[in-house]
Amino acid sequence: MAATATAPSRAPARARPRADSVRNWRLRQRVAFAAVWAAGLALCAIAVAIVGFMAVKGAQYLDVQTVFSHPRPGVRQIDTGGILDPIEGTLVLTALALALAVPLGVVTALWVVEYGRPRALARLVESGIEIVAGTPDIVIALFGLALFQLPILGALSFTSSGGGVFGRSFFAAGTMLSLIALPIVYTSVREGLTAIPAQMREASWALGKTRICTIRAVLMPRLRRPIVTGSVLGMGRIIGDTAIVIILLGSTPQISPENGPPVLGLLRGTGSTLTTFVYDASPAGEGNAPQKAYAAAFVLLALVLIVNLAVDRLVGHERV
Amino acid sequence: MRAPWTDRQAHRRLGAVACLVLVLIVAMVAFVAVRAWPTLAHNGGVAWLGPGGSTDHQLGGMISTGRHAPAAAYHLRAWPLVYGTLLCAGLAVAIGLAFALLCAIFIVEFAPRRLRAMTIPLVRLLAAVPSVVFGLIGVLVLVPFVGNHIVSAHQKSSVQYVVELTGSSVLVAVLVLTVMVTPIMIAMIVDALRAVPASWTEGAAALGANRWEVIWGVSVRAARPAIVAAAVLACARALGEAVMIAMVAGGRAWAPNLLDGATAIFEPVNTLAASIVGQSEAITAPAVRSTLYAFALLLLFSSLVLSVGGYLAKLPMRRQGIRV
Repeated sequence: MAATATAPSRAPARARPRADSVRNWRLRQRVAFAAVWAAGLALCAIAVAIVGFMAVKGAQYLDVQTVFSHPRPGVRQIDTGGILDPIEGTLVLTALALALAVPLGVVTALWVVEYGRPRALARLVESGIEIVAGTPDIVIALFGLALFQLPILGALSFTSSGGGVFGRSFFAAGTMLSLIALPIVYTSVREGLTAIPAQMREASWALGKTRICTIRAVLMPRLRRPIVTGSVLGMGRIIGDTAIVIILLGSTPQISPENGPPVLGLLRGTGSTLTTFVYDASPAGEGNAPQKAYAAAFVLLALVLIVNLAVDRLVGHERV
Repeated sequence: MRAPWTDRQAHRRLGAVACLVLVLIVAMVAFVAVRAWPTLAHNGGVAWLGPGGSTDHQLGGMISTGRHAPAAAYHLRAWPLVYGTLLCAGLAVAIGLAFALLCAIFIVEFAPRRLRAMTIPLVRLLAAVPSVVFGLIGVLVLVPFVGNHIVSAHQKSSVQYVVELTGSSVLVAVLVLTVMVTPIMIAMIVDALRAVPASWTEGAAALGANRWEVIWGVSVRAARPAIVAAAVLACARALGEAVMIAMVAGGRAWAPNLLDGATAIFEPVNTLAASIVGQSEAITAPAVRSTLYAFALLLLFSSLVLSVGGYLAKLPMRRQGIRV
């Protein structure tokens, strides 16, 4: 073999002897090596280009006034106001969706890992979570529309005088967005649970504690980090989701609460988020205000990046 | 103070919450299927997936058919959308798979330590960028660029009576979709390559294989099932991508014929998911609504099949004791 022809006479100290240099490879392998490097560098270039481009556009079109003023309808871009309502909408929706997804995900993971009987049911729940994770968000959005247009759930959105239920509100969008975050929270908590050594549970059971007591006193304190990691990862997905919000939030540029008590009225009302604002302001939507779209997309990307950095801090660097 | 839960109570209560997921899935299939039913019934089962007539005209005609639409109002032939979905997803996954495999090999084997420490966060970042940001870059940068500089005037005039070439095209849709699905595949392939037991690769190296032969002949070969699974799951993601395609692909249910040569990739296209977003304003008309839910049912069904497919594809690796 070409690789061994120039091998050093002394025994190699490492698994990879010095003679294994690209120069000794066959032509086909060298071409492949070049392709691998090209692909890796291209990947970095694409990622840097996207972030860099958005940063430049953001710096160009984003100012304090844009962030802190309400969107207005207008013909010229200068008249169309800012992105305060979409930012608030994003925050409200994220909080609502996480408030639903985190307890549900944690409880499901606890039950599957700690109880898990009957076994067939636990397996079914696990595959159910995977199915939810694989379902396109646009399908979840249409499901949500069908669900919240039921007359029983009419109280959660706007009901017209004819009795037709609108089915679009912060409630509807938040509930469906929680389905996006649920699999992520679940997976994170399940990994956390399986990483806790069995003797911790066994020690607690040996002291006569029940399983639920063990969960409360022994397991929960160790689940803090997985829960936070899962929530933050889920938050990233929620912030970035567009299809569900377009269908279920009504896409009114300004937050428009329904009648009712302050918080409840807001949640029953419609609004927009950064993602739908970008969509509406792009040439694909009605608005056609590319500068505002760039500004909102920059804020959106910045939020996602911050979330990403937070996850990095939480889990370390080697995970892809 | 209330008594603490007994174990049996806790088991039942937590179990009930966990089973909520199953209830949700059943409800999802049921709700979507019930609303899709008129379209399925009036078009005779799956015949609506076939070709025939202009899908845009058929959808447009549905809007004005009123609250109690006659059976004829549901007439639909959705082949251009099905074809567009398969075309975009297939091309994006095929190109993305080759690229993702090379990138994964780079990250696992060849990247210098510093560069690897930089590449991994970048992959994760690309995976986290919202689809609407990709769509915005596509529609404001790539579409005008393709429309003004890449499509020639000759190509535009050759098809001007059938379709207008503005730059919103298969090319841009596939390009952006590739960038969106590649990071997912990279992450899964990197995990699989790393899960290959060190004894296998070290054994190969001890037998005199060089680095390329070790990674290609042993690691990639052992990880083949996971690579297939990655492609399948990326496919599920690509099929369901709605917003980005709605922004860049032109929103016209047009089926580009790839046999036409280079002009075909500059023609507009639309997918099932994107047409749901595009038509969402008209969803109050019963015929349109039923049609869109039929699209959603199709997407739901295919994502279900692909989820199962991804699981089955990984089984051979599990049998060898590699946990992916």
